[in-house]
Amino acid sequence: MQAILRPFAIKSSGDIARLGVILALLGLILFGALRYDYFLSPYNILSFLRYNSMFALIALGMAFVIITGGIDLSVGGTAAMASVVAALLSPHHWAAGLLGGMAAGLAVGAVNGFIITKMRIQPFIATLATMLAAYGTGLLLAGNQSVSVSYDSGFTVIGQDDFLGFPIPAWIALAAYVAGWLVLEKLPIGRHILAIGDGEATAGLMGLKVERTLAGVYLASGALAGLAGVVLAAQFGAGQPTEGVGWELFAIASVVVGGTLLTGGAGSVGATLAGALLLAMVFNILNFENGLGWISLSAYWQSVIRGAFLLVVVVLQAKLMKKHEGA
Amino acid sequence: MLLSMQGISKAFAGVAALRSASLEVGRAEVMALVGQNGAGKSTLIKILTGVYRRDEGTIALDGREVDFAMPAESQAAGIATIYQEINLAPQRSVAENIYLSREPRRFGMIDHAAMRRGAEAVLATFNLAIDVDRPVARFDAATRQMVAIARAVTQNARLVIMDEPTSSLDEREVAVLFETIRTLKRSGVSVIFIGHRLDELYAICDRVTIMRDGQTVAKSAMADMSKMDLVRHMLGKELAAFQAMAADGATSDRPVRLAVEKAGAGVRVRDVSLTVREGEISGLAGLLGSGRTETARLIFGADRMERGTIRMDGKARDYREPAAAIADGIGLVSEDRKVDGIVPDMSIRENMTLALLPKLRKAGIVDRARQDEIVARYIRALGIKCASPDQPIKELSGGNQQKVLLARWLATDPRVLIVDEPTRGIDIGAKSEILKLLRGLADEGLSVLMISSELEELLAAADRVTVLSDGSSVAEIARKDLSEAALLAAMAHQMPQGETA
Repeated sequence: MQAILRPFAIKSSGDIARLGVILALLGLILFGALRYDYFLSPYNILSFLRYNSMFALIALGMAFVIITGGIDLSVGGTAAMASVVAALLSPHHWAAGLLGGMAAGLAVGAVNGFIITKMRIQPFIATLATMLAAYGTGLLLAGNQSVSVSYDSGFTVIGQDDFLGFPIPAWIALAAYVAGWLVLEKLPIGRHILAIGDGEATAGLMGLKVERTLAGVYLASGALAGLAGVVLAAQFGAGQPTEGVGWELFAIASVVVGGTLLTGGAGSVGATLAGALLLAMVFNILNFENGLGWISLSAYWQSVIRGAFLLVVVVLQAKLMKKHEGA
Repeated sequence: MLLSMQGISKAFAGVAALRSASLEVGRAEVMALVGQNGAGKSTLIKILTGVYRRDEGTIALDGREVDFAMPAESQAAGIATIYQEINLAPQRSVAENIYLSREPRRFGMIDHAAMRRGAEAVLATFNLAIDVDRPVARFDAATRQMVAIARAVTQNARLVIMDEPTSSLDEREVAVLFETIRTLKRSGVSVIFIGHRLDELYAICDRVTIMRDGQTVAKSAMADMSKMDLVRHMLGKELAAFQAMAADGATSDRPVRLAVEKAGAGVRVRDVSLTVREGEISGLAGLLGSGRTETARLIFGADRMERGTIRMDGKARDYREPAAAIADGIGLVSEDRKVDGIVPDMSIRENMTLALLPKLRKAGIVDRARQDEIVARYIRALGIKCASPDQPIKELSGGNQQKVLLARWLATDPRVLIVDEPTRGIDIGAKSEILKLLRGLADEGLSVLMISSELEELLAAADRVTVLSDGSSVAEIARKDLSEAALLAAMAHQMPQGETA
């Protein structure tokens, strides 16, 4: 009995926050389902998943980075650049677009990892610089306009088609999250990532390979941002050098709502997905609310409401965690 | 011979930290490594474990020469270190901390069940039954230390280095630790035991290596070295033992400067009353967890007081934040230099004048000339050993860091100075120097509230001692009644009738 209950036992205050976001997500779904006729319609669910998979991908990479106590501001710029690279390569073969976009992301991740671990530059500064460089590179490659993808090589399948009734981007994100969960929870490297976020110096003294692990985490974040860029290009049929602005903030918000501490050392893959879905769901619900016709919220107001919602969730989490720690 | 370090030299920024130091440890031997702060013990250990690279010298393990470039390499060779500030990942579970970097695996994945079983089994050998899935931050210092030792044991360590392992343990926990060390010894493991408390060294160590000024000055079997000789080697001069420095009860008729009446907040401080008179050192004693530090934080406005009154020169005060207490002439030198006190990367000059900066402003900017003058004065007055005022404070020994912190507050010209464990982690020579310094300040009129775990310290320096037990003040002992027996009785909360305060 105890062995069955163990996974659900709350051992740390972070568990409370993670449980909280999942409950909030379920609550929001219930609210939407009861209030709007078409909220649970296949069309809404599928387009919701298709569109938000990109954000889920970069949130996953961001979660790992933040667990180490770092930050990756370059993900939006990387996704934009990768979408251009993917679009430019898509006429050759659909796989060329896919791998090219991911390679572009890996390249940015490699630069981030090198600057942060070898040159000992703060992640915030390092990735701020690569963010600007990535946007610039994207615009250069695209000649300052969006680049149409090839519709003949099958590249658009990645973004627009379904598999077993679900959008392919959703499958990609699901696969990435399962892999991420395995890495964080089941593989030794995941425990090392957590321990490094708990204290880099201590982790080094305990014999962990701190630099290599950190570099790997930024590589992964870059690759996932690249993949998000590929999905972006395939879904909208064009490489978009001006997209991706603010994506890093959405990713950071998702990770934080998912109960991952910005100070590092604690976090969960599942709760990050819940956090990303939760923030996207708020947007979705606001759209439905507009659709009811009683109120009309501009995109600006939606942004304000989303921000307020984020604040409420984070404050509630902080209160719950404090209460638990006091107990 | 398991370990032989010979002719080890190391300099930081041109200042020699080690000059041809040596250290030898036999198999299944507990070696005491002692020396004043700044003697070079930590540097020697960090060179052994690969944290620092040596400039000169040889290290042989089992007769084979070794050269560790990083901690991972020394660990692989069977050397485990338990640092003073216990190095574990606080948010990770006990089991994970024990196995981090050597997790038991099944099909490449962590075998959580095996890890849990292994952790429980190894902790059981130390008679410790705890929930190994809980984060280590949830446990007390003694338990965390056991976890660190368990980690060493599972690494098949042949040499375990313990850096002041007893500094945060109470007596019962020390006994458990010593039993653990004996268990290690029986299984053939050698231990390097770095410590300051002489009784403990004699109780557990087989041999002793004494360092001073970056050199190894004596090696001997523990039994062949008298305490007096040991201290003499450490200090390099005749020991000026703690002599009674108190003002012999002459302070009890002086006006009360700071009075705390029935203060309380939460569960840590329940009902504390104490007084500090002008020009006296008032001691605050009690076991770990009795609420001493928490009381200091209440007085200082770092935590909010929920009940009771604080009076400064007779006037009731309610400090909502430390800035208010500071403005009223209260200073607090905190217990944990690393966490609350020093800014490690800033210079001695900046650290010393941190609390003073607002007063040093001339037309809005820092008056550098006055700053330099103040810093030079205190470096001289307190005998702070440093290369220059611009040296980063982290390069100083613990005793000298403490002096810089004292100077920081003295420079603000306080009327009440609270010192929390002022001699924690610093050697005997520097200890009596710090106590003398406090005494001198009190004689000039400063009121000192001294929190201390060391009875000798309180006996030597305090004019009165308030004893806390479980968050309440249970006794106030005047100078004339002060004795080790009286303090111990009060701490154990077994006051004879009629003496309870």
